[in-house]
Amino acid sequence: MATRILIPTPLRPYTDKKDAVEAEGGTVGELLADLTRKHSGLKAHLYNEQGKLRSFVNVYLNDEDIRYLEKEQTPVSPGDTISIIPSVAGGME
Amino acid sequence: MPEVGLDGQRRLKAGSVLCIGAGGLGSPAAMYLAAAGVGTIGLVDFDVVDFSNLQRQIIHGTPDVGRSKLASAKDRIVAINPNVHVETYEVALSSDNALKLFEPYDVILDGTDNFPTRYLTNDACVLLGKPNAYGSIFRFEGQASVFGTKNGPCYRCLYPEPPPPGLVPSCAEGGVLGVLPGVIGVIQATETIKLITGIGEPLIGRFLIYDALRMRFRELKLKKDADCPVCGTHPTVTKLIDYEQFCGIHPAAPEPTAVHAHSNGTEISSVELKQRIDRGDKLTLVDVREPNEYQINRIPGTVLIPLGEIPRRYAELDKNDEIVVSCKMGGRSAKAADFLRSVGFTRVLNHRGGILDWIDKVDPTQPKY
Repeated sequence: MATRILIPTPLRPYTDKKDAVEAEGGTVGELLADLTRKHSGLKAHLYNEQGKLRSFVNVYLNDEDIRYLEKEQTPVSPGDTISIIPSVAGGME
Repeated sequence: MPEVGLDGQRRLKAGSVLCIGAGGLGSPAAMYLAAAGVGTIGLVDFDVVDFSNLQRQIIHGTPDVGRSKLASAKDRIVAINPNVHVETYEVALSSDNALKLFEPYDVILDGTDNFPTRYLTNDACVLLGKPNAYGSIFRFEGQASVFGTKNGPCYRCLYPEPPPPGLVPSCAEGGVLGVLPGVIGVIQATETIKLITGIGEPLIGRFLIYDALRMRFRELKLKKDADCPVCGTHPTVTKLIDYEQFCGIHPAAPEPTAVHAHSNGTEISSVELKQRIDRGDKLTLVDVREPNEYQINRIPGTVLIPLGEIPRRYAELDKNDEIVVSCKMGGRSAKAADFLRSVGFTRVLNHRGGILDWIDKVDPTQPKY
């Protein structure tokens, strides 16, 4: 089932500037794997060398952090939206 | 306004706010806090006003270029409201001074621009029990929340670890919509006023995300992490640490302020690059900025491959060539250089300081941005 993944600005250079990508999968993990298959430049930004989701990138299913759901095993339903929220620091300069 | 009333106004007058940074976020925040009648506003900044700041740091004006940001900001605050007591601290916030600086204030307003300081501010707020009106921006997106309250989350609950240097471009590299910090800075000021007066519902446990281009606000839920090393039930961070080290920045880095990627010492300076070009050395010059930046200024003879396209297009480059990678300031190019090395390029040099340094040292005729 196709689910929308919202891409934050710092990662859009790796998705051909798209701010949302449709991906296939029944869980958050499957969706993200599909996303990085479609846009391989994203992989290094989302996953470390051990294949784990980087901790400065948060993934939300609708408005809930997946860390407090079932992490990458969190199941996805029709109409859900995945958001990737990386930490950004800009403010002074 | 009945929700504030005389009581609220008195609380504001008795209140004190420390703004970390008198730049993009601190500017609008400090101005509105002054207008609201906050009794004491503290400002921490060590920078000097530059023309490139004026597009968004609206507390400063053209006549202030060259002045210390603190002096400029203080003048503006006092002009808005002469009853505000302004304290200025012309220092870089550090683990040595943060606790002492924060202590006298009711609310800390985080308007900084780098990860080490964000973590430092967060930790100091939690250790002292001070709320942190947080805001951050990137290009045309902003985030805001309130961290550091007793039962609410802190910044580390959201992001336990910072990104390695160079993985997230800084504002100076990525560019930022001037109006964006205006919105987020005033949201921070709004939260600060609510925290001082006790009215409304502050953004505790709520992460506000603002997309200026689509004009959309979204809200995500933030939970206090019971295992958080700073604000959790069994904290392991009980004093301030070395935040540069925490963020992976080596102490002897050539760039003292911005967060730039390291590139294993294989770098070239602008002057050396010019010498080698003039000497006729066979170099492939790659610029990894965006097309709109390339239009403004460039090193002659460079080929443009924007950073995001490097993974797809690096085959256009010859692995046997000596390649020099440039960007605006040296951060993105360091990342690109690291990537090229990871796919088998052995003669890659990062142009330290980038186009801006090239303009300073080699070709001042080109415009900066």
